[in-house]
Amino acid sequence: MDHNTIIVLLQSTIRVSVPLILTALAGLYAERSGVVDIGLEGKMLAAAFAGAATAAVTGSALTGIGAAMLVSVALSLVHGYASISQRGDQIVSGTAINFIAAGATVILGQAWFAQGGRTPALSADARLATYKLPGADAVRDVPVLGPIYSDLLSGHYLLTYFAFAMVPITWWVLYRTRFGLRLRAVGENPGAVDTAGISVVRMRYLAVICGGMLCGLAGAYLSMALANGFVKNMSAGRGFIALAALVFANWKPKNILLTCLLFGFLDALSIYSQNVELPIMSSIPDQAIQALPYILTVVLLAGFIGKASPPKASGVPYVKER
Amino acid sequence: MSDFAIELKGIDKRFGAVHANKNINLKVAKGTIHGIIGENGAGKSTLMSILYGFYQADSGEIFISGQKANIKDSKAAISAGIGMVHQHFMLVENFSVLENIMLGAEESAILTKGITKARAELKRLEEQYEMEVDPDAIIEELPVGVQQRVEILKAIYRKADILILDEPTGVLTPPEADHLFRILAQLKEQGKTVILITHKLREIMAITDEVSVMRRGEMVATRKTSETSVEELAELMVGRRVLLHVEKGEAKPGEVKLSVRNLTVRDSRGVTMVDNVSFDVRAGEIVGIAGVAGNGQSELLEAIAGMRPATSGTVTLNGQPVDITGPGDPADMRRRGLAHVPEDRHHTGLVLKFEEAENAMLGYHGDRKFGQSFLLDVESVRKDAMDKIEQYDIRPPNPRLKTANFSGGNQQKIVLAREMERNPDVLIIGQPTRGVDVGAIEFIHKRIIEMRDQGKAILLVSVELDEIRSLADRIIVMFAGRIAGERNPDASEGEIGLLMAGVEQKLEAAE
Amino acid sequence: MSTPFAKLPVWVEYALIPLVNLAVAFLVAGIVVVFVGENPLEAARIMITGAFGSGEGIGFTLYYATYFIFTGLAVAVAFHAGLFNIGAEGQAYVGGIGVAAACLTFDHTMPWYLVFVLASLGAMAFGALWALIPAWLQAYRGSHIVITTIMFNYIASNLMLYMLLNVFKPLGQMAAQSRTFEPGGQLPKLDWLLSIFGLDIGGAPFNFSFLVALVAAFVVWVLIWRTRLGYEMRTMGFQPHAARFAGMKSKRIVVIAMLISGALAGLMALNPIMGDQYRIQQDFVTGAGFVGIAVALMGRSHPVGIVLAAILFGMLYQGGAELSFDMPEITRDMIVVIQGLVILFAGALEHMFRPAITAFFARASKSRSEAAAGA
Repeated sequence: MDHNTIIVLLQSTIRVSVPLILTALAGLYAERSGVVDIGLEGKMLAAAFAGAATAAVTGSALTGIGAAMLVSVALSLVHGYASISQRGDQIVSGTAINFIAAGATVILGQAWFAQGGRTPALSADARLATYKLPGADAVRDVPVLGPIYSDLLSGHYLLTYFAFAMVPITWWVLYRTRFGLRLRAVGENPGAVDTAGISVVRMRYLAVICGGMLCGLAGAYLSMALANGFVKNMSAGRGFIALAALVFANWKPKNILLTCLLFGFLDALSIYSQNVELPIMSSIPDQAIQALPYILTVVLLAGFIGKASPPKASGVPYVKER
Repeated sequence: MSDFAIELKGIDKRFGAVHANKNINLKVAKGTIHGIIGENGAGKSTLMSILYGFYQADSGEIFISGQKANIKDSKAAISAGIGMVHQHFMLVENFSVLENIMLGAEESAILTKGITKARAELKRLEEQYEMEVDPDAIIEELPVGVQQRVEILKAIYRKADILILDEPTGVLTPPEADHLFRILAQLKEQGKTVILITHKLREIMAITDEVSVMRRGEMVATRKTSETSVEELAELMVGRRVLLHVEKGEAKPGEVKLSVRNLTVRDSRGVTMVDNVSFDVRAGEIVGIAGVAGNGQSELLEAIAGMRPATSGTVTLNGQPVDITGPGDPADMRRRGLAHVPEDRHHTGLVLKFEEAENAMLGYHGDRKFGQSFLLDVESVRKDAMDKIEQYDIRPPNPRLKTANFSGGNQQKIVLAREMERNPDVLIIGQPTRGVDVGAIEFIHKRIIEMRDQGKAILLVSVELDEIRSLADRIIVMFAGRIAGERNPDASEGEIGLLMAGVEQKLEAAE
Repeated sequence: MSTPFAKLPVWVEYALIPLVNLAVAFLVAGIVVVFVGENPLEAARIMITGAFGSGEGIGFTLYYATYFIFTGLAVAVAFHAGLFNIGAEGQAYVGGIGVAAACLTFDHTMPWYLVFVLASLGAMAFGALWALIPAWLQAYRGSHIVITTIMFNYIASNLMLYMLLNVFKPLGQMAAQSRTFEPGGQLPKLDWLLSIFGLDIGGAPFNFSFLVALVAAFVVWVLIWRTRLGYEMRTMGFQPHAARFAGMKSKRIVVIAMLISGALAGLMALNPIMGDQYRIQQDFVTGAGFVGIAVALMGRSHPVGIVLAAILFGMLYQGGAELSFDMPEITRDMIVVIQGLVILFAGALEHMFRPAITAFFARASKSRSEAAAGA
């Protein structure tokens, strides 16, 4: 493998990791507050549709992003209402959201654009903007470091930089702010939060809203950056890979970054090897690589490598004890 | 300004059919330690939860320092200067001490500045009240006594002037408890008001200025501690109730059927719940275990029944040793002739969503008479249930009715009928008449005596002292996981009450 | 308190509340139809005639229902033991290996009824196997079964793609599917069953596995309400602590319940593979495993309820297909939306209308007793 191959692979790793990072972080906010979120997939998908549809109609990427976040937050609120206010089963509610999103995006897409559930191809303005790092062209010819800077690090979508920035930001929010302290507490022991005079319900709603916004950005990235418009079921299980990454990362921001990059790399590798013959890759079936994130997560859950320690109160509706 | 830190007027609270607090009036003078005692279920915790804003009273008024207060949630309670140390600590276990202290009192949106301030303030408080804790220690790695100190610091940090402690010594070792009392005395010196909820009379006598007694949802008396005695308090707490009369002849104890030696049980937190307990139960006698709830009786019963692994000790059933420290097998204990009426019929003894007949075989569903193969013979299940319904006069007499729809007394009869009609050699019974109506109580008591007269060995646990005294042939009193003493049923109520409150133990310890 | 809600009459509890929940789900679906610019009542009419208006329509409806009976039963059996098996999709998919292996091996040499027996056993074995690992991990390692079964769905889809491409696919063929089975690997159509009612099955793939599904429903009923195992499962599901008290082996029950659940899901593979397409192909489960969740929730985990709910969903699938002809704006994805809404309102928001209904009945009974007192 030469430098070029590595750069191409890593570049593609970054590209496919972005929605995973955003979605896993979205899951982090919800689950750290005690609300299990298996509806990430659906929210991402709905956001992808809303973003592409709005951007196609208005021709503005910014309105597209706004719409994507709005729709995703709305679905989060449905999930929040079912699991926080109504104390319903969070798994059931998340499953419902996945279905509603999978069906509704196609129905509405067909009704509005009549292209078999697709949205029209986006114009350049309606797509997300890329950003060239300063001096990227100048240093391209510097050996090794040049291509890394100009090709690998520069020229990504703004949202990509944002996604990567969100990891330390989330860490900071979680461990350095009042909101984060309360968020972590409410997912571990809501009783402690309640007796400290903080509303458990309010904290959990805020958390699912944060999750909704991030999921919305992930969706927008899918349909407005990775692709040039919405296609039926374009999230293609990424929400569940993100969920796996969240579990694998033990609900910690830094680990989420590493896990998503790992899972993203596996994905990039399998895409790449479909086109280019790679030495070891040819003997490993592509499906094995595709399945690897899930297998790794199961192995981790089984406690064979390290120990998964989910927030203690996750999945449990809060009821004041009698 | 009022001299009273707290004044409650006519507080009334119902939970469905349960009248938890009946027209409670209470005055707590500023700068004092005020004890509230009462048996379990007397309504102490409910009252304090109302004061802390966890529940809303149905009627009544609360005055803090003479000002009428509307405590609609814990936030309101905190800003009114009330702090509470719950029986089950309200701490985030994987947080540091400092994080727990700050939670809800962070001062600013970004923690960094607050942390430095909180750390300094915490250090100051620690010194002021001689409560040493490492601010960076993780809660779950700390001993229970230190966790409790964090709870107290948490309240003081929030500038609480009134501190409520709910059964604070239940999880503490004696030296830890003594340390706690020193802290409370210090708090009093600094002008704080302390409300101490407990059932332990020695604590009341040791540190309170005044004491109020609650019984069955009512506030029955308030005394100056210096002007009362443990005897008087024990009597007020238990009340002079009409002893339910149970016809019973002399016991004719036979051979030892159940023998417990050096049984020790620790819970998942490592707290010792049953501490080196030994006793025998013979055929044809009822051994009663008295004690205030939470002194290890439940764990003792569960360990003997095979539901909870013991830490050490031996149990011999029908002359055969039982593996009591293993994972436990209730089914095996049943086969060896032990029947168990668990304390909690709602969660353990019955499946409330089952039909009556399904509950009538719970634990015995492997019995051949309910079907020869893997199939259940529903006809014989229902017939068997119907037989028991008739024998125990369970109403309504419908084996297909959902168990949740039976009254408490009839539910208890379903459990008793199931466990008694298997002709066990040893019967262990927890709280036989909790939440049961008077008619059913009489029936159940008669039945237990009949079982004894048939030569069964019976171990009876009840928090109702009357019940123990009228049924048992020997009474063992448990306190803090240990056997505090053994008495005959004709021992006075006061004498047993003192054992239950751990008073004698203190005298022995002091020597 | 132990009973958060006042007691309601049985018919309210088991008929009215589920129907109200269902009605709200359809109401919201109707709003989506309006949003799309069509008339929801007209859409409903087309759906119902499409599903039940002809012998062929009914044949298709029942063919789809067959899928959902199996997966609904699979989810329900796990529910009874207090487990959420979200992996019926993957278990059904892997179950296909058993069916395909039996058919491909014996379709030349054996009559269909013998191959059917082997295929069923194979389907159950592979389906159960795919549920075994999550079950074991839940029972003995404490891994959450919801997450592991989700993961196993994805592992299954990669495994099956590999199997299809490398094991089942004949040489020289492009599509990821096996060869077509000989008659020995084909289940008979149930045209005779429909013709009893004077209906013509037409081209509908309504086949023998429907009868298998009904038998499975009966077996599940026996299992849950007439066997010791079922009794133990229900005790576990309702009250784990009582199961401990009764001396039940909880871990073993978790594993057995999941094995049965997986076996039922695996049996679903009979319907498309041996009953319709006569070959194994990619994604033959088409989401039926997830529909099973909706079906089990709606049918309140009772086999009779499940069969009825499965037929309702069969109707949606078939009627939805018809609808997409007449109203091209409304694609078959409408069913997925309805499915999600049913799961939402019959599952997660199950108790949303209960306080109002309880209050209504409390008021009604109060005014009745007042009227009685007045008279």
